[in-house]
Amino acid sequence: MSDYNFAYLDEPTKKMIRRAILKGLAVPGYQVPFASREMPMPYGWGTGGVQVTAACLTPEDTLKVIDQGADDTTNAVSIRSFFAKVAGVATTTRTGEASVIQTRHRIPETPLRSDQILVYQVPIPEPLRFLEPRETETRRMHALEEYGLMHIKLYEDIARHGAIATAYAYPALVNGRHVFDPSPIPRFDNPRLESPAIQLFGAGREQRIYALPPFTRVQSLDFDDHPFEASKADGACALCGATHTYLDEIVADDQGTRRFQCSDTDYCMERRA
Amino acid sequence: MSILERSISAEAPLLSVNGLTRFYGSRVGCQNVAFDLYPGEVMGIVGESGSGKSTLLSCLAGHLETDAGQVVYNGQDVLTLPEPARRRLMRTDWAFVHQHARDGLRMNVSAGGNVGERLMAGGARHYGNIRKTAEDWLERVEIDPGRIDDRPSAFSGGMQQRLQIARGLVTGPKLVLMDEPTGGLDVSVQARLLDLLRGLVRRMGLSVVIVTHDIGVVRLLADRLMVMRHGQVVEHGLTDRVLDDPQHAYTQLLVNSVLPT
Amino acid sequence: MIRVENLNKDFILHAQGGTKIPVLRGAMLTVKAGECVALTGSSGSGKSTLLRLLQGNYAPAGGVINVAGLDLATATPREVSALRRATLGYVSQFLRVVPRVPALDVVAEPLLNLGVDEAEARERAATLLARLNLPERLWGLSPTTFSGGEQQRVNIARGFVHPYPVLLLDEPTASLDPVNRAVVLQLIRDAKARGAALVGIFHDAPARAEIADREVDVTIFAPQAEPA
Repeated sequence: MSDYNFAYLDEPTKKMIRRAILKGLAVPGYQVPFASREMPMPYGWGTGGVQVTAACLTPEDTLKVIDQGADDTTNAVSIRSFFAKVAGVATTTRTGEASVIQTRHRIPETPLRSDQILVYQVPIPEPLRFLEPRETETRRMHALEEYGLMHIKLYEDIARHGAIATAYAYPALVNGRHVFDPSPIPRFDNPRLESPAIQLFGAGREQRIYALPPFTRVQSLDFDDHPFEASKADGACALCGATHTYLDEIVADDQGTRRFQCSDTDYCMERRA
Repeated sequence: MSILERSISAEAPLLSVNGLTRFYGSRVGCQNVAFDLYPGEVMGIVGESGSGKSTLLSCLAGHLETDAGQVVYNGQDVLTLPEPARRRLMRTDWAFVHQHARDGLRMNVSAGGNVGERLMAGGARHYGNIRKTAEDWLERVEIDPGRIDDRPSAFSGGMQQRLQIARGLVTGPKLVLMDEPTGGLDVSVQARLLDLLRGLVRRMGLSVVIVTHDIGVVRLLADRLMVMRHGQVVEHGLTDRVLDDPQHAYTQLLVNSVLPT
Repeated sequence: MIRVENLNKDFILHAQGGTKIPVLRGAMLTVKAGECVALTGSSGSGKSTLLRLLQGNYAPAGGVINVAGLDLATATPREVSALRRATLGYVSQFLRVVPRVPALDVVAEPLLNLGVDEAEARERAATLLARLNLPERLWGLSPTTFSGGEQQRVNIARGFVHPYPVLLLDEPTASLDPVNRAVVLQLIRDAKARGAALVGIFHDAPARAEIADREVDVTIFAPQAEPA
């Protein structure tokens, strides 16, 4: 092993983060402030998720890291090798083999289990931010359950586009109490926020941690006459033929031919194996 | 006394203010202000800048903390209500109209969204109904419903002010607090707004507390008038009596009256 | 319907070191239902002041102003408002209205404030404006743009649109042509006939002689030279 403390962060820091995580689990959807540390990577590269992962890892864990569903992007590869180096944990690209999965903007297609932890990287944890810039005011709104503002955003969507156009970071009500931002996952993933796994959300720059305990009720906000829809591109994966997965649209050649492909690379490969 | 008058005097006040006091350090904001406001009644508060009229209004609205006194509404002291209950009251039974429309509107949200906010905050979850109500209210404040999706920034000052009023009145409040609602508007635009407010007050049976330095506005709108100076109420009574036969030296100065005989 | 006893009125001019100007001393007046009393006296003798006291517009220095059972000297603003709404009408010489409101609505407003349905209120207002020969093309315009005689007729219509039991008239025939003057005098006779108590100031002597049952010279209430 290296000269780093296990999983890079010192033990008091991990303890502090674990306390924030426990508080987050105790009050589902509530944003717990924590003293985010400088990490050896820039903000926006998952510093929040990395700190949460570091606080959760044990030497026996197997780690998977995905970025928009893929295991092989720069961000995913570097975070995976970071923990392989500073924690010496096993890594994998297989969803089923992982005990801790750090993700940027996706939930794996393979259903998660109760012995797994999913760690989200969160850029902006405050769902009310775009309408109310004052943190003092948004905190009060959460405290008093004043969530009329969230529906204004959806109202504006319908007024302007004829339908709720919010395609990712789709706000939802957690456990009937706190409205939260599920990080920029596609709204296709929202129904799977109700999961047997523990889900933890870390925002490094914004210094917030929040959580969904297993099987927490998560209701995506909507209108009676414009109900929530977990939409996806209308097509099939060009590689595995799946029509039930979240698809990326990619330009395949110099002629501009477009095709769809599973966003979850591991799931796609397993289907083809 | 007619039946009508008797029924009126038997009615309980909607709002009872007692001993309302607010200091800024050692300086008086407003001191020992007391009045009753009855359903359907419009009360004007006049006074020069710094007289305490805006402080009083802010204390009533809960925008400012008070040092002493009670604001009794529906048998409850609003000042001691828990914050959630007080804020709920402010967005259902009460409305506040700011002098500057941009303080009372969400400028980055469409007119319809602005009007619909209080409905959605109250749990309305049917887009079509919310929109229909918003259209109806735009019409009532004389804004073309065809502009429901425009943002307030595309509206004139007078329209913004009317939009702010629609936004506040959509929940059918009983009490409206207004801070210089006609300030900064052209004279002709002011007249239109005043006419609109009179109609709404009558049709909805609104009680209004209106703060202004414009004597003309209170003469046309207010049933009763309170004159403030240095944080104190110096004169209080029927609007036309206070304006036409002012008793206090300061009121005489304020209305600059040439006394008829 | 009206009973004034020992009414005093002073004006105190604070801007002039609190100078007290006494205007009325010990004024007495009684007006019964169906009666019309004209206030007379030279200019400045206090006719308008007394009329404004009866309307609740001025605060008395002492005495009783009982109008339809309410003492205006001690009544709350709310009671005065209620009295004016239903019982006490006033035709002033001056028009004070929100600038852009149409004449028809100005006339209908007292009815709307009493809770009369909008269509009916407008219809009653229209009937009265027609009777006062105000051209129909003016009904939709704001009276602020009208001539003196036209404004006066709007004022009169506003005062007569509701059958007030007590009606105060300040120069109701002042700037009217003979035809409309006759209409107004008939309106006043009608009001008397339905039992209204009327008090008015009429510089128009023939009109006064025609409709007033009694004249009260307010000069007798003028204060004797007393130390200020």
